[in-house]
Amino acid sequence: MTTLPYASSHDDGPYRSGRESNSYRNGAAAGHGSAGPASKRVVVGFGFWIFLLSDIVMFSAFFAAYAVLVGATAGGPAGHDLFDLKNAGLETACLLASSFTCGLASIAADARNKLWFYAAMAATCVLGLVFLGLEATEFAGLVAKGAGPTRSAFLSAFFTLVGCHGLHVSIGILWLLTMMAQVFAKGFRADIKRRFLCFALFWHALDIIWVALFSVVYLMGVAR
Amino acid sequence: MSDTSHAGPDTAPGDEQEGGSFVAGFQTYLTGLALAVLLTAASFFIASTNLVWAPSIPVALVVLAIAQMGVHLVFFLHITTGPENTNNVMALAFGVLIVILLIGGSLWIMAHLNQNMMPMNQLMNMQR
Repeated sequence: MTTLPYASSHDDGPYRSGRESNSYRNGAAAGHGSAGPASKRVVVGFGFWIFLLSDIVMFSAFFAAYAVLVGATAGGPAGHDLFDLKNAGLETACLLASSFTCGLASIAADARNKLWFYAAMAATCVLGLVFLGLEATEFAGLVAKGAGPTRSAFLSAFFTLVGCHGLHVSIGILWLLTMMAQVFAKGFRADIKRRFLCFALFWHALDIIWVALFSVVYLMGVAR
Repeated sequence: MSDTSHAGPDTAPGDEQEGGSFVAGFQTYLTGLALAVLLTAASFFIASTNLVWAPSIPVALVVLAIAQMGVHLVFFLHITTGPENTNNVMALAFGVLIVILLIGGSLWIMAHLNQNMMPMNQLMNMQR
């Protein structure tokens, strides 16, 4: 972990706050007061964790809107007329498997094994794309059935919630490809590994949101 | 938190504990995957079966979903209860508080609004 120093001048950033500036490079700082500032990896990870939590708060607003509007079908189709559990199950399997392969990529990055890193990231990318394909097909089918987002408040909330998650997955795939390119061009430098840490957190958080999504939207929609 | 001098350094969310070997890391993700698959399968089974008393299904789904989120947090994001993770857990707790307030509050308020609101046709008549 500490083989490559990342102390090039452009990389010091706003987090480097003074005293004992070298001690944290060995992971020696405790962050509980006396031992100096936490390592940059901890600071960056924590900051991104705060962002992810705020993203989850945003999703909870969409979830609240969906839950309030789920009965407002305006005489149109309800969830149990539209949702296909087989499709939702496939999507879930893809996203869960991609979360696992993303974890494998984290292990490969820690071990500095490029081959395994690329393989795991490529698998994550393919699974994410399959997920997006399934979702796009589902959306197209709904619109073709006349159950588009303009049909009722329920469907507006549905498309907003699920579409917002799909948008996050799309951005995540762009980020994934960027990370592969950066590791290819620059290797497992400390700053690249911090970015990858954030990406992995982002991808796992998307899976957590999907857990809430398939439970609340698809399974409860079909069960009621 | 003041007497944690024996505790190790803070860890970033997503980072495993110090000393985790290659095999141990792999086993963590594998355990997480197995538990998540189990909970997902249980959710889909409960939603599509007729064996369960129908009104209990949403409750069961919520419980299973929360359990699975916990599995993801522990095994994939490596958020643990250890002292080096205190900051991450505190942030998570605050996030969960906001989420509960937002969703619970919205549902509560909107349900009461629906109950207390005059039927729409009467409301329209009053405006004339």
